[in-house]
Amino acid sequence: MVRTQTNTHTVRYDCCSTWSCLCIYITRFRCFSSSHFLSTHLSPPPLSLSFSADGNYLLSCGSDKSLKLWSVSRGTLLKTYSGHGYEVLDADGSYDNSQLCSCSSDKTVILWDVATGQVTRKLRGHAGKVNCVQFNEEATVILSGSIDGTVRCWDTRSRKFDPIQILDEAQDGVSSLKVSEHELLTGSVDGRVRRYDLRMGQLHVDFINSPITCVCFSADGQCTLTSSLDSTVRLLDKSTGEMLGEYTGHKMKGYKLDCCLSSKDTHVLSCSEDGHVYCWDLVEGSLMLKLPVGKAVVQSLSFHPSETRLLTAMEGRVQVWGAEPEETEEEVVVVQQEKA
Amino acid sequence: MMSDFSKNHEPLRKPVPLYEQTVKDEKGRYQRFHGAFTGGFSAGYFNTVGTKEGWTPATFVSSRQQKAGRQNARPEDFMDEEDLGDHGIAPRQITTTADFASGRKDVIRDKARAITSLSAPIPGDTVLEDLVAPARSSMGVELLRKMGWKDGQGVGPRVKRRLCKQRADSATRAFGSASPPNGSSESQDEEDGEFVPENVTFAPKDVTPIDFTPKVDLHGLGYRGLNPLAALRGGPGAGHINLFTMDSDRTNSLFGEDRKGQRRRGGVAGQGFGVGAMEDDDEDIYHRDIMSNYDTVLGGEEPGNGLYGWTAPQQYNRKKKDHSKDAAYLGKILEGFTLASDKLETKTVGIFPPPNLPRDFRPVHYFRPVVDLSSVSPMVAQALQTSRGHMAQEEPSKGGRHQLDSAQRRELLGEATLQGADCSLYSSETCRHNKMSLLNPSRFAPHAEQQQQEALSVWSGPTAQAQTGQTFKPFERTPHKQARYDLYIDQLKQGDRDALELSLDPTMTEWERGRERDEFVRAALLYKPSSSSLSCRFTRGKQDDGVEADTVEVTRDQENDVDDKQAAVKMKMFGKLTRDTFEWHPDNLLCKRFNIPDPYPGSGFVGMPKVKRDKFSVFNFLTVSESPTASASPAPQGNKQSVPLYPDTFYLKCYREEFQSVGALTFIVYYQIYSLFNLITRLN
Repeated sequence: MVRTQTNTHTVRYDCCSTWSCLCIYITRFRCFSSSHFLSTHLSPPPLSLSFSADGNYLLSCGSDKSLKLWSVSRGTLLKTYSGHGYEVLDADGSYDNSQLCSCSSDKTVILWDVATGQVTRKLRGHAGKVNCVQFNEEATVILSGSIDGTVRCWDTRSRKFDPIQILDEAQDGVSSLKVSEHELLTGSVDGRVRRYDLRMGQLHVDFINSPITCVCFSADGQCTLTSSLDSTVRLLDKSTGEMLGEYTGHKMKGYKLDCCLSSKDTHVLSCSEDGHVYCWDLVEGSLMLKLPVGKAVVQSLSFHPSETRLLTAMEGRVQVWGAEPEETEEEVVVVQQEKA
Repeated sequence: MMSDFSKNHEPLRKPVPLYEQTVKDEKGRYQRFHGAFTGGFSAGYFNTVGTKEGWTPATFVSSRQQKAGRQNARPEDFMDEEDLGDHGIAPRQITTTADFASGRKDVIRDKARAITSLSAPIPGDTVLEDLVAPARSSMGVELLRKMGWKDGQGVGPRVKRRLCKQRADSATRAFGSASPPNGSSESQDEEDGEFVPENVTFAPKDVTPIDFTPKVDLHGLGYRGLNPLAALRGGPGAGHINLFTMDSDRTNSLFGEDRKGQRRRGGVAGQGFGVGAMEDDDEDIYHRDIMSNYDTVLGGEEPGNGLYGWTAPQQYNRKKKDHSKDAAYLGKILEGFTLASDKLETKTVGIFPPPNLPRDFRPVHYFRPVVDLSSVSPMVAQALQTSRGHMAQEEPSKGGRHQLDSAQRRELLGEATLQGADCSLYSSETCRHNKMSLLNPSRFAPHAEQQQQEALSVWSGPTAQAQTGQTFKPFERTPHKQARYDLYIDQLKQGDRDALELSLDPTMTEWERGRERDEFVRAALLYKPSSSSLSCRFTRGKQDDGVEADTVEVTRDQENDVDDKQAAVKMKMFGKLTRDTFEWHPDNLLCKRFNIPDPYPGSGFVGMPKVKRDKFSVFNFLTVSESPTASASPAPQGNKQSVPLYPDTFYLKCYREEFQSVGALTFIVYYQIYSLFNLITRLN
């Protein structure tokens, strides 16, 4: 029965106890001979303490309850932010790299000041662990989705500790959310993708029928990509809800793994439980590349906003994949995450 | 013993009697004592004057001339400490004596000397002052004088200069703050004529000392404050009234002598001066009339170029004027400032020509909609289209927006009219009558018929029809009676005239029925719905949701059937079958933070619209029978959902509705119970 499956199916995170990274990380810069484009990237805009280039920094959150800021090009750790009570599950940076938000299993969302490393605000209100968090475009609102089925919108401008609005239409935990200019996309374990259109004042619910692990917008804003626990990644049209593409071949049965689109919406990438990163052509749906990242589960991946770089996270390491240059370089920058 | 003391003296005498108490001087003459006391006019000097020797003759010296010189008492002797203090009339200060004073002389004194030197019989020479005043100039000045320098000249080598430049008008001399340069004595002879001797050199101009006192106040540049003399004098610029005439001695003594030229400048005081106390025309005897009031000239004064007084800005006229006069004038305006020598180049400032207007330009602005109409919610799009983009001034009421009454305002705002009787306490007859009848039933004691009529009218009115929900049940204790009363009220609502008779119980005795009839009527009148005199002041309280409420809020829009969706997903037919669209209201603040217009500006709620539905309890569906069909047959409710094919989903929905507010965790707990229950029923 579907219902019981929904409830007994707890989506597990962080299977390995020594696992520390979840979101976007960099450890090693490695070129691939067979790759066409794979690169490392940070999904949130970089945190700048003194630099401002986009895509140069990387946030990593770990089960060691800390948040780390890295430099992509050098692979060095820049800063560590500690303050959470349990493992940090997700993080996001503001557009101007001055603030960070992170969420954790301790049911809180923390707003950090990047430069000083201080906790600006600790937002409490969720009833369960908070799975995903993101800033809106102007970093005035933090949106967080939790296992209690609610998405809370927190105001960063005022000093209120109550959320502006609580979206509790989901019938099970919210596993992933993404924010665009005027829309909020949430994926829930109840098998539905909900898109809240703030401008039109509408809620569009797309039924996928299996717990959703990751949702994301396409760059042109016409489609949404959802990956679910039936080992399928689907591309849906935003306005009608029709399926434009279906990508299979990877294995996603029990873990919350990420999926993403390339920077120019040409490829669909997804993590897999077999230690590979799968890359499909968006239009044709054919598997283009299968990156052997490692032996364990590839938990998270992120694409650079403009260049062809990919970040993958697996088992305490983060790899940066870049497009293959003319000559193969063996420049290796290794950064090891601390084991929790 | 006395005898001991008098060992050195004469032997002890017998007490001296009175007649023997005499004094004799050295010559043995008896002394004579004048007056009551020892002493007297000639005491000591035995009729002599003044001295022991007696009066001696001397020549007379007159002190009449010396009286003035001899000052026995100075004014300071009559002053006390206050007068001698800092703020007194004779403060004592320590100053340097003239011998040790610096060479810098008093500025005013110098100016005065310079001016008087011109008008003195020998111009340029201060002979008289040197004679009269103590010459206390410093050594340097003495040396300069010996070398030919004169007061007012500059110091330095002599220069050749044009004579006419040096010459200054006698009239302007009085105003100039710097003393005009004095030429050498030779140039003074050439006063008429343009002949310039060629071998004449002149002394350089004196340097005006720059005032180095800093400006520490916050006044504007050149601010001098009120000149008390000018203010009190009442010149043409002053607005003060002079109580005294100009020619009185008193004013002159008080304000000092003015120059002769100014004496006549004031006007005559008094409106027509010479207004006596008896005359009627004494309204304004203090009014001052100035001759400049009569300065207007009739006709013929306007400039011939037809400008009618319009003068061009300074920069166009400046070339005609004399620059030197300008500088002098400007120097007077602001002390310490003068015209700059370099003119500010207008090019650097940048005068830009106005823009070229297109031929069809009309200076009217129309507001275009900022937002693309298609990308915005329909309500906002409609609002944008209907608005004219400016403040709507349509149809102002007669008195403007402050003279609207509530009905007009309601119309403007588009609000719904209030439910309820539109009555005031004193408006309707019936209200008053009812009030009176309630208060004094005995006095009025209307007929039963009348009462019945009233009850009918009250209950069948529109307001009674609008009454939904509960009304007060007067006979709650006795349900049968209450039921009859309800029946009666219902029939009253329908306007049935025989409501009373029909609702009475025929099994009761006549007397009981009569009593009940009266009670019903009275109750109907007493507990009438919302047409009582104060009903328009009250409104029904909001229904409190609690455990006793048997409705719960659910979202108005429900999803379509899940199983259809599942089937669609299996067939990979995404789209209409799998997608649901609901109305969702974002919070106003959230819209602000996202910088988008609120799609539902007037909505009072947030999230999805909710309606009340009856609550279900699990016990509604508990049946004793074991057949699964029995357990799967609950009565269909007002939900959009049709009769479910799968009981599980339905139960789940019910549970969700019931425990909407409790929270997900408790929901999970209850779900466990449900699943257990399900298991049990399945097993059975």
